[in-house]
Amino acid sequence: MELFINLFLFFMLVVTALAILKMRHLFAVVMLSGVFSLLCALLFVTLDAVDVAFTEAAVGAGISTVLMLGTMALTSRNEKMPRKFSLMPLLVVMATGAVLIYGTLDMPNFGSAKSPAQTHVAAQYLALTPTDMGFPNVVTAILASYRGYDTLGEVVVVFTAAVGVLILIGGLARRRHKDEEEAN
Amino acid sequence: MSMEFILGHLNYWLFIVLMMIGFYIVVSRGNYIKKIVGLNVFQASVFMFYISISNVTGGTAPIFPVDMNIDPDVIYSNPLPHVLILTAIVVGVATTSLGLALIVRIREEYGTIEEEDILEMDSAAQASENLKEGSSMGGRA
Repeated sequence: MELFINLFLFFMLVVTALAILKMRHLFAVVMLSGVFSLLCALLFVTLDAVDVAFTEAAVGAGISTVLMLGTMALTSRNEKMPRKFSLMPLLVVMATGAVLIYGTLDMPNFGSAKSPAQTHVAAQYLALTPTDMGFPNVVTAILASYRGYDTLGEVVVVFTAAVGVLILIGGLARRRHKDEEEAN
Repeated sequence: MSMEFILGHLNYWLFIVLMMIGFYIVVSRGNYIKKIVGLNVFQASVFMFYISISNVTGGTAPIFPVDMNIDPDVIYSNPLPHVLILTAIVVGVATTSLGLALIVRIREEYGTIEEEDILEMDSAAQASENLKEGSSMGGRA
């Protein structure tokens, strides 16, 4: 049953991605990217990652879509028709995909409890969280405590990105105003 | 290749297919907003790939009962990839917003967000510069 749900969600994801590829109206593209994120969130729920699903639904489908809509409003609404079809991107993508699939061949089976990813520190985190932390959500315990420095690094990255965005488009309204005055 | 092997690796392959669709959007389309959307598709597929690594058959979400009466027989999925991907989603949005800000700036300078037009404008500007300064400067006049 879980396999069936996974396959169904995957099929919808592929249809959405192909629609993004084909569409020329950027509004539809941006909305479809929100749909894609929500479908991802559903898939995360079936794969037991509920915290990730929450974040993906709120941040991926919500904030990303709003940011892209804002950019679209400041730039253009339609994609230009490409002048010629080129075979090169398709070949590059095929080759990359083939190499990646070759790389998965010696990976442990999906859902295997004996894979290296399951037997290392994760088991300790699961065992220690009830006594160390005393609250039920292990993901929160790792995020905020065991791996707190990683989260600090994340905050630094987000801060840097925010500074970058402000530097890039900070003077946008002022520059536009100046241009208009010069035009007059 | 046995049936068990195929079913055990199907998830990975499906996400690689999705990843490659995102990659194709990035490399084949000239519109910058669409490139960013393609990058997001690629990124989300990588997330799903990681989350499928963390899954354990018969397991459940790594959240204990509220009264903390933990049943030792219950299997929990691996919470560590979940944490990594939580971080990656937030960082992904930060980088996306930086890319979008760059697009707004590019549009301000060039008046378009199509790669073809921008490359054309750049080479035209280069050619006129060469004409003025002479090509002896190697186009770096």
